[in-house]
Amino acid sequence: MTDALVHARNLRKEFGELVAVDGIDFEVRPGETFGFLGPNGAGKSSTMKMIGAVSPRTDGDLRVLGKDPNEHGQEIRADLGVIPQEDNLDLELTVYENLLIYGRYFGMSRKVINDRIDELLVFAQLDERRNSRVEPLSGGMKRRLTIARGLINTPKLLLLDEPTTGLDPQARHLLWDRLYRLKQEGVTLIITTHYMDEAEQLCDRLVIMDKGRIVTEGSPKELIEQHSRREVLEMRFAVGTQEEHATRLESLAPRVEILPDRVLLYTDDADATADAVAAQGIVPESTVSRRSTLEDVFLRLTGRTLVD
Amino acid sequence: MLLVHSGRVVEASARVYRRTWRGSVISTFFNPILYLLAMGVGLGQLVDDGTGTAALSIPYLTFLAPGLLAATAMMTGAGDASWPVMAGIKWRKTYDAILATPVGVSDLVVGQLSWVGVRLLFVTVVYSGVMTAFDATTVAQGALAVPPAVLTGLGFAAIMTAYTARLKDEQGISAIFRFAIMPLFLFSGTFFPLSQLPGWIQPAAYATPLFHGVSLCRGLALGTDFAVNPMYSVAYLLTMLIFGTLLAIRLMGRRLIT
Repeated sequence: MTDALVHARNLRKEFGELVAVDGIDFEVRPGETFGFLGPNGAGKSSTMKMIGAVSPRTDGDLRVLGKDPNEHGQEIRADLGVIPQEDNLDLELTVYENLLIYGRYFGMSRKVINDRIDELLVFAQLDERRNSRVEPLSGGMKRRLTIARGLINTPKLLLLDEPTTGLDPQARHLLWDRLYRLKQEGVTLIITTHYMDEAEQLCDRLVIMDKGRIVTEGSPKELIEQHSRREVLEMRFAVGTQEEHATRLESLAPRVEILPDRVLLYTDDADATADAVAAQGIVPESTVSRRSTLEDVFLRLTGRTLVD
Repeated sequence: MLLVHSGRVVEASARVYRRTWRGSVISTFFNPILYLLAMGVGLGQLVDDGTGTAALSIPYLTFLAPGLLAATAMMTGAGDASWPVMAGIKWRKTYDAILATPVGVSDLVVGQLSWVGVRLLFVTVVYSGVMTAFDATTVAQGALAVPPAVLTGLGFAAIMTAYTARLKDEQGISAIFRFAIMPLFLFSGTFFPLSQLPGWIQPAAYATPLFHGVSLCRGLALGTDFAVNPMYSVAYLLTMLIFGTLLAIRLMGRRLIT
């Protein structure tokens, strides 16, 4: 046994015939931000629910905060903060009241809750909305309130399921900033997301899931190094001419991917590769050279087929 | 722990109610008055001038009022345990938020039902006051009818919670109101004694829960004989409450802890 906050071995979850989580192993260490990345239906949310002690596992072993959620669900939940995928606030109540009743569910005294609310409202940048009803608030504000609510009991572990889905870019960046601050304060975070930039911004370590299994594991940097190259050169060609160029490009980079509308060259030095392409006399209609991202890793590992 | 945690669910519900009570004022305060005016006073005049007095031996308004108390409690209990429960499960998902805390499914169900009990107490006390104002009963006897009315409402609330826990959408709620609650409202001895029904259907009517609630409320509010041994009625309604609660916990767990 380790001092990991979450420890899973061969964790499985089945819903009748459907295997949602197909025997996964992972560990979340104190103070780190751990990500589950994967397409829809990969089993991320099912895993989160098992960690949150609201969904019994079908098989395997799971310890959360050193305890078995099947036996000690209530004790585990007392030390968790859960931010669900959809906000489930009490819309009729005010911002303050939502935090108050939630604190009460954890058995906190009013005095302690009130002090905590003052801090959390500043943290969530909602102090001016303290006495507003929740219903008319913007999506970003509701999300921040849901996060503040999840922090009311000063949890040892915060679970965030798709924290920024459906938010506009400003609201997302504000939220990332808040989560980053939590991380710096030493809060352990587990995040599910299908946004690569989010995983890159926030996660120290992550696993990529697909069809209920873990496909790979590591830090964003490690994963990019292992499964991609440092840089990517994207080239578009005039309609109908891609075919003829593509075959000639294949020898110019360690890995070349041909998509219907463009060719991707994975390389350690995009500029050098671009020069090599030019030296061959190949002239693309447009060229983009960029840093390789988790998205490249993700698409490589889980495929480009659309999962609905 | 069950009581502590359920208490917190009640506390939260009370806080929500403080913000939303205006919406329920009409049904809580004015409906009983409207019913007593329309049926008790308006229709009652005709009944009392006709053969009613001979059949009932009391004014129709007096006969009707305690029956309506039980029926109102049924309506309140069934209503509070259907739409708000569906919102908690599906529309708002507030139950998921609650279950992410140390509060468990049984705490949630018992807490939710306890809150319905508090609401029933408001509604029946107000109604009992209205009955007294209409001179259908005395203050003391009106107060005696409150506990069985609350018990009736809670029995329905428990069964309704269990029923709602399995529903996919709100059509099932409309259906049960149309096909179960409304017929019970009309044919459980609220508006006329069951002896007025054809003989073959009377046993079915005696077996319905609302009939027992009406019998208890009427006997206590008017100080008259009960339509059926009151011990049977209390046992019936208590069984409904306990069985309904256990079933609701089970089905709610199956729905929310997947």
